[in-house]
Amino acid sequence: MAVTARPALDAQKLRADFPIFEQMIHGKPLAYLDSAVSSQKPRQVLDAMNVFYETSYTNVHRGVYTLSERATDAYEGAREKVRAFVNAPSAREVIFLRNATEALNLVAYSWGLNNLGPGDVVLVSELEHHSNFVPWQYMANRTGADFRMLPLDEHGELRLDLLDETVGDGNVKVVATNLVSNSLGTISPVEKVAAWAHERGAIYVCDAAQAAPHRAVDVQALGCDFVAVSGHKMCGPSGVGFLWGRAELLESMEPFLMGGHMIRQVRFDSTTWGELPHKFEAGTAPAAEAVGLGAAVDYLTDVGLDAIAEHEHALAAYALERLAEVGGITSYGPPADRRAGIVSFNVDGIHPHDVAQVLDSEGIAIRAGHHCCQPLMTKLGVAATNRASFYLYTVPDEIDRLVEGLHKVRRILG
Amino acid sequence: MVDDLYREVILDHYKNPRGHGVIEGADAHAEGLNPLCGDEVSIYVQFAEDGETIDEVKFSGRGCAISQASTSMLMEMVKGRTATEIAELPKDELLEEIGIPLTPIRLKCALLGLGVLKVALHRAKGTALPEEWAGLDELDLR
Repeated sequence: MAVTARPALDAQKLRADFPIFEQMIHGKPLAYLDSAVSSQKPRQVLDAMNVFYETSYTNVHRGVYTLSERATDAYEGAREKVRAFVNAPSAREVIFLRNATEALNLVAYSWGLNNLGPGDVVLVSELEHHSNFVPWQYMANRTGADFRMLPLDEHGELRLDLLDETVGDGNVKVVATNLVSNSLGTISPVEKVAAWAHERGAIYVCDAAQAAPHRAVDVQALGCDFVAVSGHKMCGPSGVGFLWGRAELLESMEPFLMGGHMIRQVRFDSTTWGELPHKFEAGTAPAAEAVGLGAAVDYLTDVGLDAIAEHEHALAAYALERLAEVGGITSYGPPADRRAGIVSFNVDGIHPHDVAQVLDSEGIAIRAGHHCCQPLMTKLGVAATNRASFYLYTVPDEIDRLVEGLHKVRRILG
Repeated sequence: MVDDLYREVILDHYKNPRGHGVIEGADAHAEGLNPLCGDEVSIYVQFAEDGETIDEVKFSGRGCAISQASTSMLMEMVKGRTATEIAELPKDELLEEIGIPLTPIRLKCALLGLGVLKVALHRAKGTALPEEWAGLDELDLR
């Protein structure tokens, strides 16, 4: 049998696609180790948006003139790219929104308000970003439903064995978790969570904002009912993301935002809603941003999601190994093979802000804070952590510089 | 640049904070939180017999070197002054004492202690609380 091994990606070569690396920070080359907060953008994405603005721009789905047709084709073309990217059955199930936060709020409001009530249970995990936590907590409070959290084990992985116990005999209606944790990098077996949710008659909502940049997300294989993604974490521009939802659920739901474009007919006393996906896309669409996201999908597909995942695992393993050599470092999260390219850690006795500040003086960008995961920080018993996160353009040399930087942190503040 | 930020006096206050601790049954007390990083600080004030002069002041909590050092400096600065004086204390006076250039994010670290102290005095003595600190007063720390 012929085996065609796909070559692992060449991060050093890919860096040339990213103009941001053509600068020095404090006289040092930029080591951008904060891709989990947002990824950098390749020239291909920036060019696609520029060309769209320069040749095809106007509002989409409005005019009958040539430009309007071009703009609409580009926008809908991007929708089709996104559909294929997540293997959705239909492009009408793909709704362009600002980001995963807006997507999760849409589900919490449009589905939650009409489907939750006293006696129902809303289940999230302790690992959630605030975007998949706060809307559900709020909606549970507002509708009188119970809000519960699935606990984590000592590696920061979901305690699937506690699913039944956490819910008890409550009528669980919705289960919402992430596929990849933005804080710890944990990759969760969400297909199992989805299957459990469906057995209990609940819907399963997946926050894939941190997963989509890192690995192939197949909404059908995972068995999700809704999937939320942000464009900015996967080489796309800020200001666009999307929600995928099963058509029958989306059709049964009320709109989230109302106004232009999302209507069928507006009368003095009532309004009827447009078809999917337009029902959920009120107002002027983020057309250029969607085109940029489409170009990002092309870029990632070209590099290969499997190659990206492999590259990130290797970097995570290398970083964990190098950090352990430093001594006095507490790192959080699962082993490298069960996490994306994200490493959260603390330097004993030194606050993450101070760590990140000293590293900045070396041109190294990491995140210091709670990563919008205060429930998780409470669970870990810390106020904040340092987080180094990697992407397809990260090279091992940047991790070596991080380690050198941590020695400097020690010299100054230890 | 980083050497300016972590200059000797800052590191000294960070490693040997003045007035670190708790005053049981304090005359004035408040807690504050920096929502950006989750850092918390509590401040306790004991007044002299005139009920106005700050006789003893202490702080506790967790935070970065900048927030811990600036709060430590603040403790030294305010002792012996009146509640009204401190309520009116311009933040620049503390920033001059800190004496390092701070980015907007780090400014929040440096000024957290001052804000919490103003809230404590406002609650205990009804001193004026400028708009910029009102958010700290509304905070419900559970």
